Amino acid sequence: MATVTLKPIKVPDLRLEADNIKPDAFAGKKAAEIADLHVYCGNSQYPLGEFFEVAGEGGATAAETEVVIDGDVSRVKYIGMKMTAGSVLVKGNADMYVGAWMEGGTITVNGDTDAFAGMGMTGGEINVLGNAGNYLGAAYRGDWRGMQGGVIRVAGDAGSDIGTFMRGGEIIVNGNVDVHVGTHQEGGTIIVKGDAKSKVGGQMVEGEIYVFGDIEVMMPGFQHIGDVDVAVDGVSGRFACYKGDMGERHPRRKGETIYGKLYLKY
Amino acid sequence: MAEYLIKNGFVYDPVLGIKGDRTDVAVKDGKMVETSALSNPAEIDASGMTVMAGAVDIHAHVAGPKVCVGRNFRPEDKLFRATPQAGIKRMEGGFSVPTVLRTGYDYARMGFGFVMEAAMPPLYARHVHEEIRDTPIIDEGALPVFGNNWFVLEYLKNKEIENTASYIAWLMRMTRGYGVKVVNPGGTEAWGWGLNCPTVNDPVPYFDVTPAQIVRGLIEANEYLGLPHCMHVHSNSLGEPGNYTVTLDTLKQAEGIAPRNEFGREQVLHHTHLQFHSYGGESYASKSFESKSKEVAEYVNSQDNITFDLGVVTLDETTTMTADGPFEHHLTELNHLKWVNTDVELETAAGVVPYIYSPKTFIAGAQWAIGIELGLFSKDPMRTFITTDHPNAGPFIRYPRVYKWLMSKAAREDMLDNVLKYGDSVRDRCYIGEIDREITLFELAQMTRAGPAKALGLANMFGSLKPGMEGDVAVYPYNPETSEDPEDIERAFSNARYLIKGGEIVVKDGQVVSNGNKRTFWVDCKVNENPQVERDIAEKFKRYYSVNLANYEVYAHHYVPNPYVIEVDATQ
Ligand SMILES: [Zn+2]
Repeated sequence: MATVTLKPIKVPDLRLEADNIKPDAFAGKKAAEIADLHVYCGNSQYPLGEFFEVAGEGGATAAETEVVIDGDVSRVKYIGMKMTAGSVLVKGNADMYVGAWMEGGTITVNGDTDAFAGMGMTGGEINVLGNAGNYLGAAYRGDWRGMQGGVIRVAGDAGSDIGTFMRGGEIIVNGNVDVHVGTHQEGGTIIVKGDAKSKVGGQMVEGEIYVFGDIEVMMPGFQHIGDVDVAVDGVSGRFACYKGDMGERHPRRKGETIYGKLYLKY
Repeated sequence: MAEYLIKNGFVYDPVLGIKGDRTDVAVKDGKMVETSALSNPAEIDASGMTVMAGAVDIHAHVAGPKVCVGRNFRPEDKLFRATPQAGIKRMEGGFSVPTVLRTGYDYARMGFGFVMEAAMPPLYARHVHEEIRDTPIIDEGALPVFGNNWFVLEYLKNKEIENTASYIAWLMRMTRGYGVKVVNPGGTEAWGWGLNCPTVNDPVPYFDVTPAQIVRGLIEANEYLGLPHCMHVHSNSLGEPGNYTVTLDTLKQAEGIAPRNEFGREQVLHHTHLQFHSYGGESYASKSFESKSKEVAEYVNSQDNITFDLGVVTLDETTTMTADGPFEHHLTELNHLKWVNTDVELETAAGVVPYIYSPKTFIAGAQWAIGIELGLFSKDPMRTFITTDHPNAGPFIRYPRVYKWLMSKAAREDMLDNVLKYGDSVRDRCYIGEIDREITLFELAQMTRAGPAKALGLANMFGSLKPGMEGDVAVYPYNPETSEDPEDIERAFSNARYLIKGGEIVVKDGQVVSNGNKRTFWVDCKVNENPQVERDIAEKFKRYYSVNLANYEVYAHHYVPNPYVIEVDATQ
């Protein structure tokens, strides 16, 4: 595993768009070549080296490349976008679109991430040790293909609209979440270990949502169908199980109608 | 204005009967001229390249409210597809519902000079014209829709052809429209009752007139007026398995009607996107669904007063949009993707739904095959036009890919063997595997230039390089003597080396270098005074319309700043 370290040296005037910060773009390159990759600031293009000091070099492939961002990049967007392998470690906070459409590999952010982390991702792993913003693992505006695979773990809280149009994979939030959880969800699992506010599972077609704490206001389209004892992400307990959203269409498979499932821990 | 001599290219011109001869082509003061008429021309070396007149698209949805809805509700269609401003070009965006700028630039890069917007809701004609105005380079016209219009339904119920004609003339002037379009005749109005007209004999609720009467009546009214374009129909039950009988019933409405016009048009009915209307079987499953392209094409071959366009499925993720309101509802029930539905008071309706024609499904493969088959079964390329019903069966930028499939059996076999997941079922349920025909470049020029120009009544302006025609010339980097790879066809026709439009170079070395001088074509048809129709119009606006008559007309100075008006005198 070869490591490339990026040290932020200048705070951009506008938010930096840096989808080149990923193992796929760094693999096979020396520090100088990496510093030469482009980033956008507004409508202008700059070399990455304008904003970061680059040390080390990429491995032969993305899988053999580790990217370490040694500092705060809360004004840098698209870190790890569409990455397929390897790893990214952000030692501070990161801006929007961390790991958007990522296919594989691992991203760890020691601080917070802004909105749209893991948007449309199909594989890989995102670990946020701080809090995550809105639209975590959601779909791009207008798109019906939200998170489709992989795992997102958030140690703190997450914002609103997480897992919108989610179709697969897993989102685990240790803390609380804001409104709109799993809207239009058509697969995958969302686990909220704290509390949720309202509009949980609105227009949910299938998939699973677990809430360990309270839901302030339940959606009217969910029906209580019984209680179950299950182990969820290492925690066993008794959950009230609801099916829904009853106002939404539901597919039939093997003679059975498939519903979204909402589990609320006792 | 400038003079250009395009030297030494392989020229294809159906009107002049030139089949790939190496010859020179001359443009002066915006028009094609004899080479001897040039005094000091700029020379363009076209050696080793293919030269044709600018192409003509007879049916695409490129401007207006439903296109705009498609752009608005599909931001994902623009994702990663924006091209920044460069040179004289402004920013481009979008794929299946491109921005007006990309629309103009893409058509120019493909060597097109004229595009017909295929469905203009009269009430929203202003919106259509605003977008047409803002689309650079290409000349355009728009067809107002008539097939579900209350005036038309009432007049045709009583077989009042003259009143229908008077109303058409009035509406074309109000909307700055070009011709008579019909979408799901009667069925879209029935949709207002939650119903449809699946066959040509199902009466429209309340109005009690059948699609057959609407189609035949509008053909007769069109010929009564002598419009440049013939009646242009999208028949009932689009996309339904087994619909080919409805299609044949619709086409038969043209039997016995002869063209009457001064524009050299020889047909009275154009059937659009025939692919969607040539299905057999009872469901979309491979054990039932089958191609009826041969049956439909044989009928078209047997009649000389019909033209059609293909509507080839390009196997892309696209955006469907049509005035066929019930069909869009049917689609959203099938694919569960987002849906927009609207009613246009007294006139029409529309729906919009994204759609993925996945090569992994049998049905998309079969639809692809049927569109191509129609092009290959048709005996008369002058009556057979290449479209994708943009964006319904696929984006117009895929035309060159359709050319490749029509021109190369090897390319079709590659699709069946390597791209389609159910290629064998498609061979089994469709005719595509049995057809050896390969469209020639000359036939391609008929299907994309001379043919559509003639069907639109524009044969005196477009479709040929004959002296006196508009100075629209496309030069493609395709060498018919040495090119063997079918991919060369797609590559070359996707990006013309040069396009001269109206005598000006707009594409040079493959790059758009000018925003051109686009015009909006419309037809001003003079008819005798008709007090009944005038009274009916005043009455309907007073009683039903939510706008005043004075706010209805498309005022030319704002909406159509650069018009080309075709005058028709139907007073005799
Ligand atoms: Zn159409």
